[in-house]
Amino acid sequence: MKVLTRQEDVHQFRDEILALSGEDSSHCVQCGKCTASCPIAPEMDLKPNQVLRYIQLNSSKPVLQCSTIWLCASCETCSFRCPEGIEIAIVMDTLRKLAIEEDLATGQKQIVAFDEIFLDSIKRYGRVYELGLVMRYNMASRQPLKDAHLGPLMLGKRKLSLLAHRIRGRATVREIFRRSKRFLGK
Amino acid sequence: MNVGYYPGCSLESTAGEFDLSFRAICKGYGIDLVDIPDWNCCGASPAHQLSEELAFALPYRNLLNAEEGSLQTVVSPCPACYSHLLHTHKAVGEKPELSDRLAEMVGGTYQQSVTSKHLLDFLFRDIGVERIREGAEKPLTGLRVVSYYGCLTRLPGVDIDDAENPTMMDEIVSALGAVPLEWSHKTECCGASLSITRTDIGLRLANEILAAAKGMKADCIAVVCPLCQSNLDMRQPDVEKKYKYSYNLPLFYLTQLIGLTLGMGIKDLGLGKLVIDPVPLLRTKGVL
Amino acid sequence: MTESSQDEKIEILTHSEVSEVKGFVGNFDVTIRKKARYINETKCTGCGDCIEKCLTFAPNEWELGLGKRKAVYKPFAQGVPNVPVIDRQVCGHFTTGLCNVCSKICEADAIDYAQEDEYITEKFGTIIVATGFDQFDTGVYGEYGGGRFKDVITGLHLERMLDTSGPTGGHVIRPSNYKEAKRVVFIQCAGSRDEAKGVPYCSRICCMYTAKHAIILKDHVPDSQSYIFYIDIRTAGKNYEEFYKKAQREAGAVYIRGRVAKVYEKGDQLVVRGADTLTGEQIEVEADLVVLAAAAVPRDGAKELAKILNIPHDTYGFFSEAHPKLQPVESVTKGVYMAGACQFPKDVPDAVATTGAAAIKACSILSQDELTIDPKIAYVDPEVCSGCLNCLQICPFDAIRTEVVDGKEVASIVQSLCHGCGNCASTCRTKAANVRGFSDDQIYAQISAPLFSKGGEER
Repeated sequence: MKVLTRQEDVHQFRDEILALSGEDSSHCVQCGKCTASCPIAPEMDLKPNQVLRYIQLNSSKPVLQCSTIWLCASCETCSFRCPEGIEIAIVMDTLRKLAIEEDLATGQKQIVAFDEIFLDSIKRYGRVYELGLVMRYNMASRQPLKDAHLGPLMLGKRKLSLLAHRIRGRATVREIFRRSKRFLGK
Repeated sequence: MNVGYYPGCSLESTAGEFDLSFRAICKGYGIDLVDIPDWNCCGASPAHQLSEELAFALPYRNLLNAEEGSLQTVVSPCPACYSHLLHTHKAVGEKPELSDRLAEMVGGTYQQSVTSKHLLDFLFRDIGVERIREGAEKPLTGLRVVSYYGCLTRLPGVDIDDAENPTMMDEIVSALGAVPLEWSHKTECCGASLSITRTDIGLRLANEILAAAKGMKADCIAVVCPLCQSNLDMRQPDVEKKYKYSYNLPLFYLTQLIGLTLGMGIKDLGLGKLVIDPVPLLRTKGVL
Repeated sequence: MTESSQDEKIEILTHSEVSEVKGFVGNFDVTIRKKARYINETKCTGCGDCIEKCLTFAPNEWELGLGKRKAVYKPFAQGVPNVPVIDRQVCGHFTTGLCNVCSKICEADAIDYAQEDEYITEKFGTIIVATGFDQFDTGVYGEYGGGRFKDVITGLHLERMLDTSGPTGGHVIRPSNYKEAKRVVFIQCAGSRDEAKGVPYCSRICCMYTAKHAIILKDHVPDSQSYIFYIDIRTAGKNYEEFYKKAQREAGAVYIRGRVAKVYEKGDQLVVRGADTLTGEQIEVEADLVVLAAAAVPRDGAKELAKILNIPHDTYGFFSEAHPKLQPVESVTKGVYMAGACQFPKDVPDAVATTGAAAIKACSILSQDELTIDPKIAYVDPEVCSGCLNCLQICPFDAIRTEVVDGKEVASIVQSLCHGCGNCASTCRTKAANVRGFSDDQIYAQISAPLFSKGGEER
């Protein structure tokens, strides 16, 4: 049970998100149009309106640990239809960032893993090397044969190249990576 | 006419036919596409999810290279690439601190001279529906097409007529002599961003879209996004297997359909690269 | 209405609008534009022959386009006076000049194509504004079809359909195919409580009329099923909560707490996609008919009317009361009162109550020979006034006139119009204008009291 004690500032989490994103979750009237609009809602453990509800009640942990923030496809249908004009997709972005910073990105670990491999590919070549990306991701997620049936098809249609395309400015890209602040606190 | 071009990573690989067909039709209309010199990946959603600075710095380098190559307008076929260029351009204008930091990181200052356009906007407004209509020597008579916009309509900055019921693609389809169909799933998200990590979700959403298209007795689907296309085309056999229904719905890039009316062939437009073979359909309709 | 029309102390001017109001409480000079109806009211017997024989049809506004009417028509059956009007925009005589059917057929010789608008000016003691409200245009909701789907209608459309003397004779049909609607989905707050696309306020009437619709629908079509998507159900009124429960228990209406995301066509039916926020599940309901509870918004032209009457309105265009609690039917302009939904959305009991209150307020003025007003109003000392007339421009109540005193044009306050706001006093350079009780001397005295002792020393 959530106990709202005298010591607790019930608006703390809302204010933190407001400061980072400019979006005020307390404007939400819980009408549920976001949840009704979300293409991924059936697979989410917390529905978009529930995410906003937890923020309103200063419950950060359930929100930072949920799968929702990682499953969000950023299609922005929720933001677009919100009657209160809340950019819910931006709230999701902010929550992902906080989840990584607090090392609570437990909702969908494989998505973070995929993101890391994807970025590594850019860091190495300047562009995404799709075949290598998929193979490395499958190895990392311990499902080496996932989508294997698509490999020959894609190679046959020359939709995947066997070799990575390397850009000339790789040194600049590496420098960009070196200097970029990551959300990862570690 | 010289126009800047940012193909993006997908168009080098899984969406090679989008690249081929766009270059082909531009040539047909007398437009010279000039690639951004030595472009890099925009960072896509992984950069967006893991590092704000990276999500700005990677597109920044592309904008800088485009500017140094004197490209005033840059057309992006991929909605994600497009929106990252646009976001970065906007942020540079609005946040001087960020702008300085990016200039330092990338090693050059972008002077904000580049105008970004999504390919659909470019087809609709720059090439223009009338020119497409007039150029349609071999009209796609009788071809029943549903236009699929996906989340493109809601991306900030994309100048689409009506986000809930867009008609830009439909107007182009109609100009090609084909039959544009009203349908329910024009703007539903296809979930492509999860197609590798949560394939189950991608398949469910693809199935809903394919079923809606089939429900309208569509012959095929037209798209303008490499991710939508691959999720609906490459994964279609998997969808059919999982949901036990045979759709056999070819997924054309709108540029391929335009190319067909310009009299271009299978090879010119990369039609052979489509997973769901469109040739039998095109033969039945007398297009090929 | 018929009763009022027959009362010799009541004159009803239909097809007319107020075009100018001058004067002040007890002495309003009102100019009324009586629009030409192209039928002589005194000659017409109301037999209806012209309507019957008229060859031109137009959409029926009263039935919200669900039925047709003729070019010469009576807006609705109970309307007064019992005299039709010719719609110039569609009438064959005005559009082509070829048709004279009504003129030929009329035995009373009442058709008058040459009739013109007439302006009449009369004196009135008080004015009651009761212009009502309009429905919000739900076309902004592309996600609900934005007008593309024929079977997505508004509550007012359904209201007409449920009327046994309405366009469908009390049958609830699907406008797309005229078949009976069995599964009806109601979407609450279509425009209300929507800061992004609609209006921020609650329209107050929709929860109850939707419950009523669900009950009547069940009565008319016993094998029908209603689904009602809502955000909150607001039943603050006598017996309202009981009525809402009746819709659930007796009419079997299923209430789903969540705003609808989208309506789409699937085959020949509609599918409504929403979410049940109480379970967290997305939910789709297959429907024959979708009824939007469109927000109640100010009447078209309300702001223009406010200007004519010199009464304030809020940001939406609803007329503002002088005090939200203590003067709920009075405007700040003395003698102008408000009744019904021109002030804010009201249901029938509230509209009737405010109408009664406004009538009594009006009577309390008309029944007196002399008017008692608040003494704290402005006055101008004509000897000091320089006649610059800056105050004339600044007065928000149009309460300043000019008069000639000793051969000099000076400002003068119309006492019954002045509200004592003090704008003129603070504008006046010569200090000729002052508010009684708030002259400069009096205000200085008030300030001095706590600062100085009686002897003039600083405290």
